[in-house]
Amino acid sequence: MNTQVCIAGIPFKNPVMTASGTFGSGMEYEEFVDLNRLGAVVTKGVSNVPWPGNPTPRVAETYGGMLNAIGLQNPGIDLFIKRDLAFLKKYDTRVIVNVCGKSVEEYLEVVEKLSDQDVDLLEINVSCPNVKEGAIAFGQDVKALSAITKAVKEKAKQPVIMKLSPNVTDIKELAKAAEASGADAVSLINTITGMKIDIRKRCFALANKTGGLSGPAIKPVAVRMVYEAAHAVKIPVIGMGGIATAEDAIEFIMAGATAVAVGAMNFHDPYTTIKVIEGIEAFMREEKITDLESIRGCVN
Amino acid sequence: MAKEKQTAAVIRQECIATDIYSMWIETSIADVSHPGQFISVYPKDRSKLLPRPISICETAPGRLRIVYRIAGSGTAEFAGYKSGDPIEILGPLGNGFPLDGQDALLIGGGIGIPPMLSLAKALPGKKTVVAGYKSELFLTEDFAGHADLWIATEDGSSGTKGTVLNAIRENHLTGSVIYACGPMPMLKAVKEYAIEQGIPAWISLEERMACGVGACLGCVVKTTGKDEHSNVNNARICKDGPVFDAKEVDLT
Ligand SMILES: Cc1cc2nc3c(=O)[nH]c(=O)nc-3n(C[C@H](O)[C@H](O)[C@H](O)COP(=O)(O)OP(=O)(O)OC[C@H]3O[C@@H](n4cnc5c(N)ncnc54)[C@H](O)[C@@H]3O)c2cc1C
Ligand SMILES: Cc1cc2nc3c(=O)[nH]c(=O)nc-3n(C[C@H](O)[C@H](O)[C@H](O)COP(=O)(O)O)c2cc1C
Ligand code: FES
Repeated sequence: MNTQVCIAGIPFKNPVMTASGTFGSGMEYEEFVDLNRLGAVVTKGVSNVPWPGNPTPRVAETYGGMLNAIGLQNPGIDLFIKRDLAFLKKYDTRVIVNVCGKSVEEYLEVVEKLSDQDVDLLEINVSCPNVKEGAIAFGQDVKALSAITKAVKEKAKQPVIMKLSPNVTDIKELAKAAEASGADAVSLINTITGMKIDIRKRCFALANKTGGLSGPAIKPVAVRMVYEAAHAVKIPVIGMGGIATAEDAIEFIMAGATAVAVGAMNFHDPYTTIKVIEGIEAFMREEKITDLESIRGCVN
Repeated sequence: MAKEKQTAAVIRQECIATDIYSMWIETSIADVSHPGQFISVYPKDRSKLLPRPISICETAPGRLRIVYRIAGSGTAEFAGYKSGDPIEILGPLGNGFPLDGQDALLIGGGIGIPPMLSLAKALPGKKTVVAGYKSELFLTEDFAGHADLWIATEDGSSGTKGTVLNAIRENHLTGSVIYACGPMPMLKAVKEYAIEQGIPAWISLEERMACGVGACLGCVVKTTGKDEHSNVNNARICKDGPVFDAKEVDLT
């Protein structure tokens, strides 16, 4: 049985990754999960300097999901390299670093600092709905996305994944723009912009007013968008959005995803990633699938 | 022992005041926990993704007690659990109170009183507990034999009329260290009082949480200095707290 998948020429032992921002750099989850078993650890968005993020409350539960407006709080690339990347070196798993910034220059500064680091791929976050400048602005416009993709590709020493936003009219156009500008892969979906109101206090549930919706509630939207993107481009698609079980993950793979990521469900059950990996193997045995490649994009 | 998510069993549960429940849970987490730590409790209703953080009220070998108020539909679900029912929990979480205080003044407000019980039982030396209620009392007998108990009620039906601070001043209560848990206005007042009196104070904070283990950065509090982990002036309440030196957090 072969659960191995390949992205930009890099083999992954299985298709299951952590979704950026839901797993830190793995430190807080190593007590629960043997990180060696993961296809990859995708780290929290990191910028050129430390970012303080948004005021609290930053999270709110919603039916079958949650809203977050963390605002990309992160310790900055220098401490991240010294501490987080050093930590991940201990493990036999792929490391994908999620990069954020307010301007093209800020993204490039991070990409450059990572050039000589032990990092397998970069994931460029152009889709965070929770910061005022940068981030999502690059992910909602074909021209801006093309420009940043090209700029990053010129500097990057590692293959580049562009992380796309679902908060767009036509995901196919953006996926194609990323591919045409040199992206090695795309990942989607980031969170869907949402809002919750506390009717007793007559105020927003989040200090930021709006936040990004994630969790099982968004899965059907995510599967649809992954399907559309996978059929629009030839580069690999990493699918995510509400994955809770192996069945969910397999839906994404059948929609066309090469790999998948588990996000908000880590908060519900810290063992979710391992359960998804084991469940995929069980499904392959039951259905007599020898290679995941044989079911990828099998619905048409 | 490392933290663990487990399906534990409810030993027994009772309603101890209006909307306030006391539940004993059979779990190995009890034996590795420390006063001031909390557990995440997961509703079985699968439309609810996130755990409910609840403080450990006290422990006995192989079991722990939580005391909580029905605040919404998650805690309402817990209140329906019966003896023998499974309960999904993860813990122990957070840092807990430092236990080196002598002559300690423990201040609890409302649903912040429960963690003061395990602390009162664990601290050496003289302990004075000041508990603030709206009106209806709970847990008062549990402190007997572990600490001197003073009560404040908003309506004056028991003890001092007013807040815990009114009770402290009225009865000239003091100590060499303060531990406090309760609503934010109370914690702000306690912090001010501690600074005024020059007494060190440890306060336990609350914030909306998602992961409960320090990974999502959902539950931060502003710190007066740069936090070592975050590299900005933010600490994680679930991991670096919930207990903080009052001087090190910015409650404004
Ligand atoms: C460290 C810590 C310790 C706590 N200890 C206790 C305790 O010992 N006893 C007790 O009664 N309560 C305690 N609380 C508060 C308790 O977590 C909330 O009352 C509970 O989560 C409400 O859940 P619900 O589903 O009933 O309410 P809902 O309002 O339906 O919950 C919706 C969401 O908001 C969150 N939420 C709502 N109120 C709070 C709150 N005050 N703090 C944090 N999250 C909240 C819930 O966890 C959930 O994710 C503690 C909170 C924290 C952070
Ligand atoms: C608390 C939280 C923080 C997140 N932080 C980031 C981030 O830093 N960078 C990023 O690209 N996506 C971030 N995301 C989005 C997730 O990586 C993922 O795309 C999204 O949550 C959908 O997957 P899910 O439904 O499985 O959570 C975050 C999501 C959550 C819930
Ligand atoms: S709740 Fe996730 S960091 Fe505290």
